[in-house]
Amino acid sequence: MEQFFLQLTNGLAVGGIYALIALGYTMVYGVLKLINFAHSDLFTLGAYLGLTLLTSMALTDRLGPFWGTVLLAFMVMLLIAIVGALLDRVAYRPLRQSPRLSAVVSALGASIFLQNTVMLVYGARFQVYPQGILPSTAIRVMGLDIPMVRLIVLCTSTLMMLALFFFIQKTKTGTAIRAAAIDQGAARLMGIDVNRVILMVFLVGPALGGVAGLLVGLYYGQINFTMGWGYGLKAFTAAILGGIGNIPGAMVGGILLGVIEAMGAAYLSIAWKDAIAFCVLILILIFRPTGLLGERVAEKV
Amino acid sequence: MALLEIAGLHVRYGNIEVLHGIDLRVGEGEIVSVLGANGAGKSTTLLSISGLVKASAGSIHLGETPIHKLPAHAIVKQGIAQVPEGRRVFGTLTVEENLSLGAFVRDEKGEVRQTLGWIYELFPILAERRRQLAGTLSGGEQQMLAIGRALMSRPRVLLLDEPSLGLAPLLVKAIFQTLKEINGKGVTMVLVEQNARAALKLAHRGYVMELGRIVLEDSSSALMENPEVQAAYLGGEKGR
Ligand SMILES: Nc1ncnc2c1ncn2[C@@H]1O[C@H](COP(=O)(O)OP(=O)(O)OP(=O)(O)O)[C@@H](O)[C@H]1O
Ligand SMILES: [Mg+2]
Repeated sequence: MEQFFLQLTNGLAVGGIYALIALGYTMVYGVLKLINFAHSDLFTLGAYLGLTLLTSMALTDRLGPFWGTVLLAFMVMLLIAIVGALLDRVAYRPLRQSPRLSAVVSALGASIFLQNTVMLVYGARFQVYPQGILPSTAIRVMGLDIPMVRLIVLCTSTLMMLALFFFIQKTKTGTAIRAAAIDQGAARLMGIDVNRVILMVFLVGPALGGVAGLLVGLYYGQINFTMGWGYGLKAFTAAILGGIGNIPGAMVGGILLGVIEAMGAAYLSIAWKDAIAFCVLILILIFRPTGLLGERVAEKV
Repeated sequence: MALLEIAGLHVRYGNIEVLHGIDLRVGEGEIVSVLGANGAGKSTTLLSISGLVKASAGSIHLGETPIHKLPAHAIVKQGIAQVPEGRRVFGTLTVEENLSLGAFVRDEKGEVRQTLGWIYELFPILAERRRQLAGTLSGGEQQMLAIGRALMSRPRVLLLDEPSLGLAPLLVKAIFQTLKEINGKGVTMVLVEQNARAALKLAHRGYVMELGRIVLEDSSSALMENPEVQAAYLGGEKGR
């Protein structure tokens, strides 16, 4: 039983990371019907920029582990948000009126470009996050020894998702984003500047993806320029699992995938961890082709 | 001086021109109806007023302001709202979220709430269903929502694209009655309709479009008396 709950917390932590990345895919897809392949590389970039800021500015030495990490997270978000907006400006916006395939090819190109840039700047070898930034102790919760880092990852992703949920559901800009995802033309008839909505999506999605990269660095301690590939694929799977284009769906899908994976690894086989995750995806898509939360209400025409 | 004035409007989709020089004037406080067969270009005309499609030649003025070069969202801000063909309510958002989006260009919260109260007075059923997803409403309720949503921006000109489509006759009557009431509050209207009888009864003046051109323009009563209009759009009333 103890093993089960420990695996559950691990699954929730990893799932939270998947969810943060999945949100970027799903938001961009929602508004542009485009799969932003370069999103996984923004995630990687987040991990590397986090490392650079961490080592060069000694934030955690000056501000202590808590506030140092918080500030670090905000800086990573800001920087990756800017890169995300630039990505849209350079790679996607010029192709807005072109056939969709052009934008897909551009996305692949941008992905390769970003990945290679990271490799050229930081090298191809694994990089290690300095130890001892976050307390390596475990904390006792309800009779379980849960590593502190795991709790921090869990709390951060939960907070981010709550903030996003509030933003999307309750603010004027958030409602405009949802409207533009449903019907761009009708949204423009409401006086919504769809270009601003797209910019917003390319700021917020990458910011969350960048933080996810930082969290992976803090959680596992090791990062590599190809890390975006695996995480990107999982997060994309999570987005589809929840219903691509659906924001709560990406959160649910990510967390579910993380938990399933952790349980599969613990009770079935570590080697089959990925296969189990994808089997679940296939099963769900057979019975619910639109994903778990996708399009609950059919639109009347 | 017309409130809305379209002059020599040409619109093309790709290489195909579908509007070949439309001239249309709408005075302040008027209801102007636009009739025409399927594919005549009625919706295209409304979409170009709202800026969703762009003119390849010609001009559109709201009062003194040229609006044909403005982006769609800026045109709403100038005071033009549209109830689009097929209603296009946001199905996975609630009724109230749909209405609040209608007021996207407005900032004064208190006044927006007042307008919302007015919409709920006009269409009490919407107040009842305010928390329901718009996609679960009936066709008639969706049409009311689309009209209410457009009014939330407090437009000077309201463009309506076939608001009677697919609705039962009694419901059409009720909605048109409400439109008359709204017009009484000073909202100028352009009403595109296939239901020519109902449209001409409501409108002050009318235009008839064929194949991307205006072929007839007159007062509603004169159009209703016109034998050609009767034959083509009123089901040959004289014969019956
Ligand atoms: N997006 C588009 N791309 C290409 N052609 C279009 C497009 N929309 C409309 N058309 C064409 O333009 C012409 C005018 O269409 P429009 O929708 O304006 O007609 P309408 O008078 O509103 O017809 P209806 O009564 O069927 O709504 C038609 O020939 C139509 O096929
Ligand atoms: Mg039409």
